[in-house]
Amino acid sequence: MLDDFFTRALLAGIGVALVAGPLGCVIVWRRLAYFGDTLSHAALLGVALAFLMQVNIVFSVFAVSVIVAVLLVYLQRSGGLPSDALLGLMSHSALAIGLVVLAFMTQVRFDLTALLIGDILSVSRSDIAIIFAGGCLVLAIFIWNWRELFVATVNEEIAQAEGFNPARANLVFMLLLAIVIAISMKIVGVLLITALLIIPAASARKFASGPEQMMVVSSVVGVAAVIGGLFGSLQWDTPSGPSIVVAALFFFVVSLTPIATLLRGRKGEAS
Amino acid sequence: MQQSRPLVSLANGGVRRDERWLVRGVDLSISRGEIVTLIGPNGSGKSTTAKMVLGILKPDEGTIERASRLKIAYVPQKVAIDWSLPLDVMRFMRLTARLSSAEIERALELTGTTHLKQAQIRNLSGGEFQRIMLARVITQKPDLLVLDEPVQGVDFNGQLELYELIRKIRDEFGCGVLLISHDLHIVMAQTDRVLCLNGHVCCHGEPAMIIDDPAYKMLFGSHAVDKLAVYRHHHDHTHLPDGRVQHADGSVTEDCHPVQESAGTAHEHEQGGKHHA
Repeated sequence: MLDDFFTRALLAGIGVALVAGPLGCVIVWRRLAYFGDTLSHAALLGVALAFLMQVNIVFSVFAVSVIVAVLLVYLQRSGGLPSDALLGLMSHSALAIGLVVLAFMTQVRFDLTALLIGDILSVSRSDIAIIFAGGCLVLAIFIWNWRELFVATVNEEIAQAEGFNPARANLVFMLLLAIVIAISMKIVGVLLITALLIIPAASARKFASGPEQMMVVSSVVGVAAVIGGLFGSLQWDTPSGPSIVVAALFFFVVSLTPIATLLRGRKGEAS
Repeated sequence: MQQSRPLVSLANGGVRRDERWLVRGVDLSISRGEIVTLIGPNGSGKSTTAKMVLGILKPDEGTIERASRLKIAYVPQKVAIDWSLPLDVMRFMRLTARLSSAEIERALELTGTTHLKQAQIRNLSGGEFQRIMLARVITQKPDLLVLDEPVQGVDFNGQLELYELIRKIRDEFGCGVLLISHDLHIVMAQTDRVLCLNGHVCCHGEPAMIIDDPAYKMLFGSHAVDKLAVYRHHHDHTHLPDGRVQHADGSVTEDCHPVQESAGTAHEHEQGGKHHA
């Protein structure tokens, strides 16, 4: 079964979408979309360094994301630039540095488009193994850390006053995000990772009346987007990464119509 | 546990940011069953002092001692729930602890919010939200309760009711309460001790003494003191939290118009209006 490239692509995409669902919700709630964007752009620099130092790409991307995340948190705390300007600066600088460093490496052959928008159809068996092992690790740590993370998301001061450690929760979440970026880069590419994180979450908002429910719905929407996007790309011969994102966007638009309210039934609030 | 030992005591506490003391030289202790109120103008260091007590801020000067295994519950000044986060009252009650439905029901009953059980947090009015915040801290069974301006955005009668509720919580659970308020007159009846802050402790003592303290008059102006005797007015009916009305004779109706009046006689009240003081 795994001999078929399309089956491998489906499996890899579904694996990433399942993990991206819950993490994407937290990104939306905490308004970290641009933060996620910066980390994923920095992933390109991670790829360049992996070529340069002959190390594993997933590991290198993870390491660079973590360094950038820590740097961001430090710069935000120390003041100076407003947060959004800082993120914009870091995000595009990371992308530009990655492209420049890659341009220097004339001896290595690589496909720039695949790095930017993903190359899910070339996923190998070992890629799938990494995605599912990494995904299980991320979900396990996420669930273990969930209560603390959620209290910190609702209100950091309550968390601190009532004996939780929001700083630790935030740090753990950042590390998990770095892992997800590292394993999902091949699926949608550095430019579109944030889309895979936040569009399913945003679509899930209207279908959910509780945080846990929203995370599950977000995963389901992500999986549906992967399946829809891949079959669409097969049908119309479109690039697979962007097709997945377009499929996710389709679900988001559907969530804006009255269908969402009908599906949720009378359980939720009248908003 | 001995009664005499305070839950928290802060000695000469101060917090400095960017070469400036936000607050300095605060001595404060709270014992079980005691309500201590911090009062002072904006920027006087009330919240900063509360955060030292909570352990959110470490004092840059002075020392703080907490009773061992002290259970604290906190109602911050502002809690903004993002639009994108679906959160109903039941889930919010379980924010920091695993609770049985019965425990939650009891807390909601005590705060008169049972009818809001399924409501989304972000759709609540200011007063409803503060009641839910109080319901949540009740379920924590805290030793120490810290409330930062818990009546913000609530009308005058609602404020009196909330303070009454805070006193009830203290009576029932015997916890110590640290209360931040901007208006001493409303909290007077519910307060054991007052600390008047303005970057430092201006004066402290029982509320009746503070009102007459020259330092208090200096800080808030004499008009604040004159206002004291004015506000004490009575209603012939009470609004229940769920919107129904209890009349002086104990009967409960859907609105505040007496039964015979709504039979057809003209009156200037609009239907369902809540404007009466």
